Order: sequence, then structure tokens, then C-alpha cells
Amino acid sequence: MNLHEYQAKKLLASYGIPVPDGRVAASADEAVEAAAALGGQVWVVKAQVHAGGRGKAGGVKVARDAQQVRAAASAMLGQRLVTKQTAADGLPIERVYVETGSDIARELYLSLTLNRERGRIAVVASAAGGMDIEQVAQSTPEQILSVTVHPASGLEPFQCRQLGFGLGLAPKQIEQFQLILKGLYRLYLERDASLIEINPLIVTKGGALLALDAKIDIEANALFRQKEMAALRDPGQEDPMELRASEHDLNYVSLDGNIACMVNGAGLAMATMDLIKLHGGQPANFLDVGGGATSDRVTAAFQLILSNPQVRAILVNIFGGIVRCDLIADGIINAVQNVGVSVPVVVRLEGTNAREARERLAASGLAIIAALDLTDAAKKVIAAAKATKRQAA
Amino acid sequence: MSILVNQRTKVICQGFTGKQGTFHSQQCIDYGTRLVGGVTPGRGGERHLELPVFDTVLDAVRATGAVASMIYVPAPYAADAILEAADAGIELVVCITEGVPVNDMVRVKATLAGSATRLIGPNCPGIITPGECKIGIMPGFIHRKGCVGIVSRSGTLTYETVFQTSNNGLGQSTCVGIGGDPVRGMNFIDVIELFERDPQTEGIIMVGEIGGSDEEAAAEHIRRYVSKPVVAYIAGVTAPAGKRMGHAGAVIAGGKGTAADKYRALEAARVRTVKSPAELGSAMAELLGKRRAAALKHAASQASKAARASAAVLPRPRAPKRSAPKPARAASRKPVRAASRQRLRKPARKRARARR
Repeated sequence: MNLHEYQAKKLLASYGIPVPDGRVAASADEAVEAAAALGGQVWVVKAQVHAGGRGKAGGVKVARDAQQVRAAASAMLGQRLVTKQTAADGLPIERVYVETGSDIARELYLSLTLNRERGRIAVVASAAGGMDIEQVAQSTPEQILSVTVHPASGLEPFQCRQLGFGLGLAPKQIEQFQLILKGLYRLYLERDASLIEINPLIVTKGGALLALDAKIDIEANALFRQKEMAALRDPGQEDPMELRASEHDLNYVSLDGNIACMVNGAGLAMATMDLIKLHGGQPANFLDVGGGATSDRVTAAFQLILSNPQVRAILVNIFGGIVRCDLIADGIINAVQNVGVSVPVVVRLEGTNAREARERLAASGLAIIAALDLTDAAKKVIAAAKATKRQAA
Repeated sequence: MSILVNQRTKVICQGFTGKQGTFHSQQCIDYGTRLVGGVTPGRGGERHLELPVFDTVLDAVRATGAVASMIYVPAPYAADAILEAADAGIELVVCITEGVPVNDMVRVKATLAGSATRLIGPNCPGIITPGECKIGIMPGFIHRKGCVGIVSRSGTLTYETVFQTSNNGLGQSTCVGIGGDPVRGMNFIDVIELFERDPQTEGIIMVGEIGGSDEEAAAEHIRRYVSKPVVAYIAGVTAPAGKRMGHAGAVIAGGKGTAADKYRALEAARVRTVKSPAELGSAMAELLGKRRAAALKHAASQASKAARASAAVLPRPRAPKRSAPKPARAASRKPVRAASRQRLRKPARKRARARR
């Protein structure tokens, strides 16, 4: 779960990490008020969306008077910001963050995230701040410093010194850097973060360290014990289809193609998309209905799939293990009858009672195309999608 | 033989009296797993599914001598359950639970490091040695005892692989679902290492997916240490970057963890990769068929070479006859083992050539 920058900065401040003064605003008037309340001569107006790359996309503007603050805020609010990290239609800007401007002497990079290979939290730092860190890692890997933390001992002072001196910080800055790192590590654990990224962490002309931007992700699996964090969720920034799916406990990811898939199990769901592509089709989504695949869930899944106007055919691929295929077949028949499916449905059922399931589907009188195996299913659904497309045209 | 579990393995269930624990424990008992009891704190002394219930894992281990545990405890308490099992001396902990917070698993992994306990999972289907022991949620009836070792990050894709290798007659030695989380217990390498040493396992199928670099690490391990044929499939060629595909660990982050990278690493390690999951079984059958034929041919040529050599040195008519048929017979009985014995004497590079 992503936090907005303004939420992340408030959290950082509560862990003793220095951030510029700032206020969030939902209208141009509020933005002007925020600037007045903050005082000073220079402000930065920043679009609050769940994506990086805002600066280059026009989502960050420097303002030197109230009029410029108003102009920047009204240009952003109510619009959609398209950055290289968003989908083609971008994300809605419902709020802007107005911040006092900072004097920048140096820009550094700092992040905490899981190192999967080590199974530990890693602290990554770089003197090449303010840039795309993935690019830095690729072109100049020597500029990336990293330590991993043993969970029993926690982040050690020597690790902080290693990173701090590695970044070329002055000895008097090391102490502040260490406090920042300790605070970030504590935040990461206490709030069940999966990513804290400060890019850039700046050194001001006065020599102080300041978190100029902040991205914090909270681990979805830990939200049960992070009520305060869960309350910060902004559904407006999420894909509407994926949001709807999560309400039904379905795992759904939107894709660009026209063949929808409904599968049990995440691995098989990915494999089904791959198969469609392999045989020349384009998958419209990833959808894992879970091991249960009950009639209710199958119905919800059909409704979800069909709300995508791109879809020309549906492939249902279920490997019934503990769940019996004939029950799943009933669920599919019910769903197709209730939802009123207008595109061809190819069904491949395998596992417990698969033969009975096929017989039921055949006897239902519905236009369900039965497939014999994985490859057959992929070929049939691609052919069906092509036929529907021709009809539509 | 098999790996990790067999018909003698004594198993307990943590979260025994819950809905999931009850249902799957019954399924495991029906399959023939030697389930000897279960743990539900506060229910010690009761009986459930005609088996004793204990308050703690330590009590259960002392009373039953269990060496393995399967965990259905809900996600908030799963890490604690794993650590409790390890502390009680359980050798194999299988955690089925999905949704365990990563930070909990970071703590668990560090605590288990260096201990004698092996962990499978969390967020996994479990482990099965067909016909002997099933610890987990997989449908038992699709399995057949046989010669293929399967290791996979996905549940239903494991079932697909099992189904194919059962249908084409190869069967499975042991199947291990290592789970879809980013921080987990046993990894591809740990399981592949055991398969390489297991005489029943003649070939290994690994099913990976996007996210992390465990498949790449496994590829390097296979290149260096594995003599048995390996077939691999990676799910998620079509997965977009930055999106979590169902499994917590299935995400391409920062351009890393793509299926293309994993395929490249595996192919560089001379692993037979398939782009369609429907071809896993047939690819393994083909490799094992070739290998069996090669082993027979190799044994025969060794035999005739030996015959010629001994004929040259000791021109006694009986010597070649005695040495010639022996290896050939051995090869027809246990072709793969005969072949791997031959290979053990050669350095790695020559081995690879010999395989082709």
C-alpha cells in the first residue's frame, strides 16, 4: 500500500527525520493559504500522486509569490498526471503539497527495503541523489552503497558510519545521518514498511540533512496490525478494476489485451497469460480466483472481467485439487446464466471429477467451449476472440 | 528413497482444531500420512480426529516423537508457530499459511539460520512423497510414485506438473512447493541439492516465476553441481513490471526478476527450458528417454572397450566374456545410476560433453 508524499513526510517527522515545512491543499485557495502560513519567499507546489517521475511530468513547480502558488495549484488540481511510472492515462491529482523551498548543496539517495537474497532489510545509499536510482545502479554500480541489517542486533552504528563516510559526509554530519538512519529503521519495523525511499536526501547550504522527497510503501500483509497506516489508503490512486477485485478478495491485474482469464492459483494464472501470448493472443488480465473458486467468487470474477470493454473472449482455467471440478462447473454455469456473458467462454477443467464437470458444461446448453488441455484451451480461446472481433467489426 | 519425508515420518499439525487444520489433517490421514497428533493452545488433553491434542509443540514432540509439523495457524501467529516448532526440535516445518508479514519472516529466517530445522514455505502447498507421506494441501490422488523430483514456487502449477508426469508414466519421487513469498525457508538450491543425492530421483523439474533471483542462483548451482537432467519453466513472461502477480514475491522490481533473465540464466546452465507449462512432462520424458538410451549405449561401449583392452593385455578368451555382459546388465537395470557413477570420475566440463 502506497502513501502520498505528504503522509510519508508527516510519518518521517514523527520519527525525528528532518523534512521541510509543508501543508497539504485540496484547492488553489487552500494552497495560497498554506504558502502564507508557511511564510518565506520560495515555495514548491507538488502534485500528490502515487508515482515517481513527477518533476519531469510537470507535477512539481517552484513558486515565488502567492500568484504563482495559485497558478501552479490550479494547473495541477483536478488534472491527471502522466509520468513514466503511471499508466498512459495517468493518476488523478486531488491534492497538492505546498512546501517551503530549500537551498540545495548536495543531493543524496537513501532507501530501506528488503534484500530478498539475504532475507534481510537493506539500507541503500548513493551520492548520486535526485536521479533514477535504477539507472545509477546499472551505469555506475560503484556509486551504490548498501548494508543489510541482522534483525537481532538491528542497524549498527558502524554500518551508519560506513554509509555516511561513503557518501562523503563531513564528520559533524555523520551524527545527524546516524539519527536519520536509526529513525528510518525503527519506522520500517514499527510500521511494517516494505519500502522507504528518500530521493533526494539533501545537504543544505548550511550543512544540514533534509528529506526533500519521500516514498513509503506499507506491506499489505501487515495491515491487520497497522490500522493507522491502513486508514491512509487512497483508493482514488488505484486502478478501479483492481480496487473492485480486492473488495471481492480476488487478485486482479489489468493488462492491455482482449482475452480475459480466470484461473485458480497465482502461478497457473501467470502461466495461462503466458500461454495465450505464446500462441499468438493477448491477455486482458491476470486473475486468481483462489483455491476455493466458489460459485459466488466465480460470479464476481465474471462480472469483473466483463466490465472491461476490450474483452472478446474468456478463458477459464481451473485445476481442481481439493475442490471438485463438477462444483466449479456448476458455479460457471450459474455465473454465465446470471451475469449474461456476451462473449465466448472457453473452459478447461482438470483434476477431481473433471469428466463429470465436462458433461455438465456440455449438458447446460450454454455456449461454453470445452477444452481438453492447456494448449487446446489457449488455441480455442484465441480463435474465439478473433471470431468475436470480426463480428464486432 | 525420496527426500525429506517418507512413510515413517511422524507428523503433527499446528492449528489442528481450526477449520483448515481439521480439513487438511483428515485429508493427510486419508492419504496415509503418519499424523500422530496436533497442537492448539488451550485445548491440550482433548482428542481431535481420534488423535491427541497438545497445548504446546514441546508437549507434542515429547509425547509422540514427531519430527515434522504442518502449520495452518493464521498469518498473525504463523511466525511464532514456526519458531515454536523449531525450538521443540522439529526437523521439518511446513508452513502452509498465506499472508505472513515479511518482517516476521525476516526474524524467523535469521533465527532458524544455523539450526537443525528446515522450513518449507510459508504460502506453499507443502511436500509430498507419493504413496508415503503428504504434508500439505495438494490433491493426493494426482500423484504417482516415480522418478521425477519437482520443486516449485506455485501451488496449482505444481499440480499441473504432477499431473503431466503422472500421465506419462514417470511419476514423482518427492514434490516440494517452496512457496510464493519473498522470504521463505528452503529454496530451489536446497531442494535440488537433495534431489541430486536421492537415488530414486532421476530428473528434476523446477517451476519458477518472476521476482527475486532465486532461479538465477539455482541455475548457477545446477551448472556446477547437478548431473541429473533438469527441466524448468518460469511463469510470468507477460507480467508487467512493478505489479504484484498474486504471490507476494511475484513482482518485477527495478527491472530485476524478469522471466527473460531467469530463462537466460537457466539456458546458460544447460537446463532444458520450456516456454509452455504444458510441455514440462513431455520434455522430462524426452530427456530421461535420451539419457536412458545414452546410458545403455555408453555402458555397452565401455564394455566393448574393456573387452578390447583386456583382450590386448590378457589374450585369454574368457576374460572379455566375463567383463562384457556385466555392465550392460547393470545398465539395463539401473541405467541412470550406472551413468552417473561413470560421470563422477570425470571433471564437470567433460561430464557436460558426455551428456550430449
